Amino acid sequence: MTATTKAPAETDYEIVIGLEVHTQLLTQSKMFCPCDAHYADDAPNSHVCMVCMGMPGVLPVINQRAVEYTIMTGLALHCEIPELSKFDRKNYFYPDLPKGYQISQYDLPFCRNGWLEIPVDGSVKRIGITRAHLEEDTGRLLHRTDPATGEAYSLVDLNRAGIPLLEIVSEPDMRSPEEARLYMQKLRSILVYLGVSSGRMEEGSLRCDANISVRPRGQKEFGTKTEIKNMNSFRSVQRALEYEAERQIQVLREGGRIVQETRGWVEAKGVTVSQRTKEEANDYRYFPEPDLPPVVLSRAWIDEIRAKMPELPDAKRARFMSEYGLSEYDATVLTDERAVADYFEATVRDVTKGDLASRAKSAANWITGDLARLLNAAGSDITQCKITPAGLAGLINALDSGTISGKQAKDILERAFASGDQPTEIIQREGIAQVSDAGTLEAVANQVIAANPKAVEDYRKGKAAAVQFLIGQVMRQTKGSAKPDVIQPILVRLLDALKE
Amino acid sequence: MSLSRADVEHIALLARMRLSEDELNRMTEQLAGILEHIAVLQEADVSDVPPSASTLPPIDHFRPDIPAPSLPVDALLANAPEREDSYLRVKAVLE
Repeated sequence: MTATTKAPAETDYEIVIGLEVHTQLLTQSKMFCPCDAHYADDAPNSHVCMVCMGMPGVLPVINQRAVEYTIMTGLALHCEIPELSKFDRKNYFYPDLPKGYQISQYDLPFCRNGWLEIPVDGSVKRIGITRAHLEEDTGRLLHRTDPATGEAYSLVDLNRAGIPLLEIVSEPDMRSPEEARLYMQKLRSILVYLGVSSGRMEEGSLRCDANISVRPRGQKEFGTKTEIKNMNSFRSVQRALEYEAERQIQVLREGGRIVQETRGWVEAKGVTVSQRTKEEANDYRYFPEPDLPPVVLSRAWIDEIRAKMPELPDAKRARFMSEYGLSEYDATVLTDERAVADYFEATVRDVTKGDLASRAKSAANWITGDLARLLNAAGSDITQCKITPAGLAGLINALDSGTISGKQAKDILERAFASGDQPTEIIQREGIAQVSDAGTLEAVANQVIAANPKAVEDYRKGKAAAVQFLIGQVMRQTKGSAKPDVIQPILVRLLDALKE
Repeated sequence: MSLSRADVEHIALLARMRLSEDELNRMTEQLAGILEHIAVLQEADVSDVPPSASTLPPIDHFRPDIPAPSLPVDALLANAPEREDSYLRVKAVLE
């Protein structure tokens, strides 16, 4: 088959998807040793000790914050947190972990049986979470060829080896690639809200593998699944799964059989390709980690962690709608990222004019409109925005009080965004104010009338559009500091006086 | 519990060991002997003993999340068979 083969949108097959998501946890040190966890851009093997290297005789020691973040995530995903848990060895030989095994969790993970909700067709759908367990990340390999001998070899950087890694496994509850993307987006949002993950898929700190199968509609048993890897964005999650579902349906239509295997998504070509057949789970020969005692999680500690948890996206969205009277759309956009939600609330607090709903609406309009556009164009996000919430509120206040016009406000926002000066500083420093003084405007209007005899003549002949042209000229002369609805009556009065 | 020659071949593959015919035969015999020896434990009555993953008592306290210096890269790589810049260099591995 080819990449262009499309299965009809309405098919006699049902798609079944489950996701395995890995996220690095934002701890200061590694999972089982005190090496600094902030390794990005640092020299290879500069964050490595004898524990990371798997030297004989060294022992792992569990990082408290990694466990805390795992429990916090489990609570946010409505999981049970069993009292007794343990770590296990997953054995395999590959130089990305020099020990010859990964410390992971097998049959007693920290979290199990949870769920999260995604919006589907105007209602919510609950996706089950099978488990969430803690393990260690692996090192990075670079594959090279010796230019002299042509011999292939690999280079090993163990800076990433031992970074705490949380694996979250969903139930096979998703029925379309779009649901898989929505699940991934919701999960990311929760992880970032909790402050346990940077949520950066493009940097690999958040990763997603998918299990996908198809079955004839109405069939109870699952079809044979494939595992899809290398999806580095929300968009590629959806695209890869759309492609793979169509591929599987096509194979079955042609009387073929799905092979259980791992397939890699090739973004540039828009296809999945076979990587290797899936090893049986028992090939990893899991056994309880002998270097770590089992772990008992006291209920008191879990309650303490629960008490520290921030408000999560769903609750915040509901509150934004009830407390500020925002539309569902605005509330959803504003609560997708915690930093944006915090920025919004801080802005609303400093806007002075009007009731809470109208203050919230103008803050929401600026943040989701002009500010979002500037941030997008600059490829940055609100945490890097130089305009403070108080600065944006100052701009809104100046507009609300009539000190500046709408056009001036947009200009000032752009200049403040670029320079880092706050909008109110710019307004004060440059004495920017809306020209509403009738005497000044009349003088400018007279100049414009004198300079544009053709338009004046058109107006006399009854061409109403000529007034618009003259208004534009007055606005140009006043550099946008006069409102059209203030200029219009002045111009019309002067023009009509000329007629007589 | 008996151990087949195919089991031993599989274990050797997982351990990345290439065994000769002689070694395969010897290992099958020796590993079967070890399993038989261990199987004696099956005779112990443990119906009153809860399953346990560890002989160590469980812990409820952990290492505080405070970073400490890593090893200098030269010390780290001093025993490495091969290095290139500050990387470990190994035989080609491809997934």
